[in-house]
Amino acid sequence: MNAIELLAAVVLLPFLAAPLAAWSARFNRYAAAWVAGGVTLLALAIFSWLVVLHIGQMPVATSHAWIEAAGLSFGFRLDGLSLLFTGLILVIGLLIVIYARYYLSPNDSMGRFFAYMMMFMGAMLGVVLSENMINLVIFWELTSLASFLLISYWQHRKEARYGARLALAITGAGGLALLGGVLILGHIVGSYELTDVLASGDLIKNHELYAPALILILLGVFTKSAQFPFHFWLPNAMAAPTPVSAYLHSATMVKAGIFLLARFFPALAGTELWVIIVSTAGLITFLLGAYTALFRHDLKGLLAYSTISHLGLITLLFGFGTPLAAVAGIFHIINHATFKASLFMVAGIVDHETGTRDMRRLGGLVKYMPHTAALGMIAAMAMAGVPLFNGFLSKEMFFTESVRVAGDIGPVWLLPILVSLGGLLSVAYSLRFVHDTFFGKPDGDLPKKPHEPPGMMKRPVDLLVVLCLAVGILPALVVGPLLHIAVTGVLQAEPPYYSLSLWHGFNLPLLMSAIALIGGLLLYLNRAPIFRWHARSLAHLDARTVYNRLMELLMRTGAGVTGGLDNGRLSRIVVLTLVFSLIAGLVGYVQTVGLPGVQAALDRGTVEDSGDWVTWLGMLLIIIATLVTVIGHRQRLFALITMSVVGLGVAMIFARFSAPDLAMTQLSVEVVTMILLLLALFYLPQQSRRLSSPSRRWRDAGIATVIGGGIAALTYAIISRPFETISGYFLEHSVPGGGGTNVVNVILVDFRGYDTFGEITVLALAALGIFAMLHNLSLPSSRRDPFGRAWSDDPHPLMLRTFAQIILPLTLLFGIYVFLRGHNEPGGGFIAGLIVASALVAQYMAFGIENTERKLHLPIHGVIGAGILIALGTGLVAMVVGVPFLTSNTWHFTLSLLGEIHLASAIGFDLGVFLVVVGSTMLILLNLGRLTDHAIEHPDYASIEASPADSATRGGRDA
Amino acid sequence: MIHVSLGIALVLIVIAMGLATYRLFKGPDPADRVLALDTMSINGIALLIALGIWFETSINFEAALLIAVLGFITTVALSKYLIRGDIVE
Repeated sequence: MNAIELLAAVVLLPFLAAPLAAWSARFNRYAAAWVAGGVTLLALAIFSWLVVLHIGQMPVATSHAWIEAAGLSFGFRLDGLSLLFTGLILVIGLLIVIYARYYLSPNDSMGRFFAYMMMFMGAMLGVVLSENMINLVIFWELTSLASFLLISYWQHRKEARYGARLALAITGAGGLALLGGVLILGHIVGSYELTDVLASGDLIKNHELYAPALILILLGVFTKSAQFPFHFWLPNAMAAPTPVSAYLHSATMVKAGIFLLARFFPALAGTELWVIIVSTAGLITFLLGAYTALFRHDLKGLLAYSTISHLGLITLLFGFGTPLAAVAGIFHIINHATFKASLFMVAGIVDHETGTRDMRRLGGLVKYMPHTAALGMIAAMAMAGVPLFNGFLSKEMFFTESVRVAGDIGPVWLLPILVSLGGLLSVAYSLRFVHDTFFGKPDGDLPKKPHEPPGMMKRPVDLLVVLCLAVGILPALVVGPLLHIAVTGVLQAEPPYYSLSLWHGFNLPLLMSAIALIGGLLLYLNRAPIFRWHARSLAHLDARTVYNRLMELLMRTGAGVTGGLDNGRLSRIVVLTLVFSLIAGLVGYVQTVGLPGVQAALDRGTVEDSGDWVTWLGMLLIIIATLVTVIGHRQRLFALITMSVVGLGVAMIFARFSAPDLAMTQLSVEVVTMILLLLALFYLPQQSRRLSSPSRRWRDAGIATVIGGGIAALTYAIISRPFETISGYFLEHSVPGGGGTNVVNVILVDFRGYDTFGEITVLALAALGIFAMLHNLSLPSSRRDPFGRAWSDDPHPLMLRTFAQIILPLTLLFGIYVFLRGHNEPGGGFIAGLIVASALVAQYMAFGIENTERKLHLPIHGVIGAGILIALGTGLVAMVVGVPFLTSNTWHFTLSLLGEIHLASAIGFDLGVFLVVVGSTMLILLNLGRLTDHAIEHPDYASIEASPADSATRGGRDA
Repeated sequence: MIHVSLGIALVLIVIAMGLATYRLFKGPDPADRVLALDTMSINGIALLIALGIWFETSINFEAALLIAVLGFITTVALSKYLIRGDIVE
């Protein structure tokens, strides 16, 4: 195995750690943190080793086929850009784990927190390390989901739930757009592998589908990285615990969008469309975020808007589309991650130790927590772009690039002025962060007496702050090599020359920095009137209002459409479905063959076996019984009996036309249906009210006739002409492929075994669902029959009990016989299951539930579970011996007494089907039977004849 | 010879079925209908067997057996419904 294959391990390790962290927290709440930290360290170690091995030969990629038809492969890639991001995710992740270990209070579930966080870390690593674009989108969506779970971590808080929903809606919608964009991109290039895509920049940019692909991908980018107009989810995401805000919503996840900009930089950037969209969104976000941050009173709110602003700054840099701007963008990603994560952690410490994050209440904390205050000040100076801190360097580069491209975007003075204004605002809010928290006079009404936090809570911040300083003072030494590798990864080429020194001489960018610093200071000193003006005129503006209105409109439209189609009455739904299929069928048919073709199709046919007179009489019986059912359906028991005649007739027709399996299935289903409906009918009125007006009934009769006639014509057209059926294939392969001569059963348990497996699972789920709904429910019952006579007082007549006892072993024997012969003769697990279930339910009818349960000891839930497990096990055995899931095997051997035995492994699968059918049928029927509460008399049941009010349909309007 | 007697048997079974159908639709009592349905299924068994002999096949034998075994349960369920209302109690 090549070492690079281990990249997959780096991504998958955190996913494995997630359940482990949740599980370990059961024993010791800090164990979860140890697991998370340990796994992060391990992933970091593997990754570092890989980097050392491959440092000279990047990019390297590895790829395994996954779903090739969809262009999906499980591939990972290591180049400068993914190296930078993986490093950020793992290193900051590790620091956050340490911090969170001390941040979470004893009431918070550590296991859940670290499980979610590991899920997020794995997903994020997947995004940055993916080689296949679809793979990338899958991980991208996983980050949205993990973010949702983490924001809503304090589920009892309303704002946490709202913030989580908002974030999921926005980023999820963006993910969908991104998928569309990626699919178009893959279509243009002909490959979903990034290596191919990044090499085809010219092809993509000249393709006619470039614009839609770009816009869709940018939608994904802007939603994820909180760019205007999708920025508003980020401040609401601050309802998350602070470690989450520091990790996801400042250092990593919101940078995923930026990452994508950098990733696709060689493939998409540089066109006019790119420059216009990306730089406009970036510029607006930069200014809007910086402005709003200044007026937030909440520490985390300020930081959230400042994050939005800095993300806008980076987006703007990528929007310039020049290689040098990309260098500045990458540099600022590094710097922002370090100082912003520190600031969030400082805010968390303040919140943790004082109980509030409101800057109007905070103040003077430097006396109580000087160490934390120092950390906060250094990080804030980096954020403000003060010289000797890392933020200054990337901000200088940003100013330089703005001046350089200013001529291309608007008037030459506009861009430098706007970006200086943004810089000025960020100086002002950085000052506010420091001054309002650590200086000034405290009001003294803090919820807690402040003091320094535990030492380990500060260590992560210490480290990051030292980095801010180190990068700021000795940039070329500390960050130079990393930056060089990362930029090479972004550009997929040797980066242009750039200088990483502190001093570039007196020039325009330096002047802009000076203006920003001094202007910001002045702005902060004169803040009172500006704050008053803001509160009066702009504070009420909120992008959420627009979003909420849009959502409300969406919901109302959805409810309107649904309500129009489905008014709660079956007749409306049936009419709409039938009329629609009639129209669709007619249009399709007339368009393909035309009306004369319809006539010809009906004329031309010949039927070989038109049946004998007995068959025709049988069909007549079915038709008459159907009509009688329709006419008499309001007498429910009567309708049930006539329907049973229809079922019997249909089974006879199946038998007559050589479909014994169908006949047997039909007959056994009839019995179970009868029991089921009788059980339900006991709680329902015996007669139904006339609900439709005569004209409506005639209309419905007309629709039904037309539909029925159409189906009959279609069926006639099909059976009356020669055609090649697919049964030949199955007849031919049934014995060699499935080891059985009963094709119907071989199809069920072998050819389409996977399908059957799904169906029995659904059956089991349905039975358990019904059990859950009926459990502990009791319904009132009547003491009189529909004619007002008292019920017989003998619930278990002697004759019934005697006969039931005699017939049980015979029926069971018959069931086993049908099961065993099923693979070669008509029968099988499904029919046998129904037979056995009916036989057992008959015992319950004869002896009562309690009595029978005492005798039988049948763990019904266990039967269902065993059935599923046996069916699954049969399939897995096939996989163990190296053939696809559910492939069957057959054995022939001779036993004394019994003679030659022919055994197919599919019988194990059929046993599973059998058990699930027995269990589910009995579970449903018995729980319906248990509903009766003889203690309660149904209030208006006795007088049902006098007032046939139907509570089930009362209130429903006509279709 | 066998076909002649089979023909007669089939005619008689069909007549029996027709009569059972009449009783089932006519009633008047629910018990009459239940009995008619039971009779019909027994006629169904006879019909399946007779047709099996006619077409010289045993493939429908199990279907007939199934009616014999489970038809009983349907009748029991319906009868229990008529006397007690609650069939599984």
